[in-house]
Amino acid sequence: MSRLRASLTPYALLFPGTLWLAIFFVIPTVVMLSLSLQSGDVVNGYAFTFNWHSYVDGISTYHDQIIRSLVYGLASTLIQIVIGFPVAYWIAFKGGSRKSVYLFMLLLPFLVSFVLRTISWQFFLSDNGLLLGPLKSAGLVPQDFHILATSAAVIGGLAYNFLPFMILPMYVALERIDPRVLEAAQDLYASKAQTFLRVVLPLSLPGVFAGVLMTFVPATSDYVNASVLGGTSNTMVGNVIQNQFLINQDYPTASALSFTLMALLLVGIFAYARALGTEDVLEVAAR
Amino acid sequence: MKRGLLRGRLLQIYTWLVIAWLVLPIAVMILFGFNDTHGRFNTSWQGFTLKWYGKLFEIGDLTQALVNSLVIAVLTMLVAGVLGSLIGLALGRYRFRGAGAMNLVMFAAISCAEIVMGASLLSLFVTLAVPLGFWTIVISHVMFSISFVAVTVRARVMTLDASLEEAARDLGAGPWTTFRLVTLPMIFPGVLAGSMLAFALSIDDFVITNFNSGGTVTFPLWIWGATRVGIPPQVNVMGTLIFAAGVLIALGNALLARRRANA
Repeated sequence: MSRLRASLTPYALLFPGTLWLAIFFVIPTVVMLSLSLQSGDVVNGYAFTFNWHSYVDGISTYHDQIIRSLVYGLASTLIQIVIGFPVAYWIAFKGGSRKSVYLFMLLLPFLVSFVLRTISWQFFLSDNGLLLGPLKSAGLVPQDFHILATSAAVIGGLAYNFLPFMILPMYVALERIDPRVLEAAQDLYASKAQTFLRVVLPLSLPGVFAGVLMTFVPATSDYVNASVLGGTSNTMVGNVIQNQFLINQDYPTASALSFTLMALLLVGIFAYARALGTEDVLEVAAR
Repeated sequence: MKRGLLRGRLLQIYTWLVIAWLVLPIAVMILFGFNDTHGRFNTSWQGFTLKWYGKLFEIGDLTQALVNSLVIAVLTMLVAGVLGSLIGLALGRYRFRGAGAMNLVMFAAISCAEIVMGASLLSLFVTLAVPLGFWTIVISHVMFSISFVAVTVRARVMTLDASLEEAARDLGAGPWTTFRLVTLPMIFPGVLAGSMLAFALSIDDFVITNFNSGGTVTFPLWIWGATRVGIPPQVNVMGTLIFAAGVLIALGNALLARRRANA
């Protein structure tokens, strides 16, 4: 009896949370899939008709936004690796007793609302704002020079907003490297460059992968940066989904686009998960 | 040797530059909470004032939005804190059939794009004709926070020594007593960290809230709505106060941890 109870304990613990996730996370995904295959309109209601046209129409109408999202997502992720790796490296190996201070500083942006931070950038970069105003009055840049409403502004905003998510997993991976491994490399007459390229870099890859996972998904699906920093000509698929869902209430098209986005992201995630094993990714992501 | 020293310095300076980049918009936000602006747009420096701190709650909708955000964050912290901790405990302590599937669902929930989560939850609410508002926001926030709490608690549980619980049982404690007197105190730091994470995720969330809020406005949604007509300085002040509270809590936490480690 108590044996049976012991074997049921984990299920009892899981039950309420799992129920919540099932009803409000798993089932909605299925509902959205069905919604994406319906036809009709807001006034007359929608009916399930296996209507693939929402996908065909959605993708052909908005392929620019879809491609732009992937390009912006990839570009910002690469920028984050390049910017973040030296930081993670320095904190992990040279941070000494002040490692936690540096990590704390890296996490400071998360104490300010994401929307507010992005608006703060808009404000800083605006055509006559804190940065360009003085530069223009000093004659260092032309009067019609602008940063906002360019793709660079959006990619920069994305790179900014998710950078800590890239640095932290890389830091965790680098920090875990046993110093004795590095000593061994030196004992075997590896030069500093060789040690870095053939020992440190490979050992840091799980962290880079986890960082990519944590930044590529939110960056690709973001629409806040594109709306605030990108003006009207740099919209991403997130902007379209938001407009179709909340303003036009064209649920089938919006659902089809969300599903397309999810499918594209899933392909990427599964490639990573396969390369690493989910457990590992979760573990690194959890730290 | 000298070159090595220089290179070490360069990386250190570089790290500080990146940190400065990360902190710059926060500094701008704090600074313009002290700006003596008179027009609708708080965009150019007009001189120092503290008046916005005095007029903090003069915009009724904004105050209401902040109150909504705080209440929702507390509810999310409590509900997701409990539900997520139970999952974390189960996954960290027991081996059972289905653990892999559960890990996969949580992995999916953590790595899922926010917009997809928000849109699919809205699909459910639209299909079932559930009226959107305060409670649909709470439901959505608990939904996306549970996995983060569970993962945090699981990490804590996995580092603990299960033999302490066995010892409690050997000494005649029942399952509930063991849980209350041994397990819970041991995992509590993880539960607290997970719950605080849920609070932070909830109060900051924009995307999922935007999809499932109906007419209810939270702090980030209010700011979003105000971007086109100009952000009043009160927003900067509220952002500054939330930031300061977060820093104080984090520092207090670190001090407590250090004191405990030294004791």
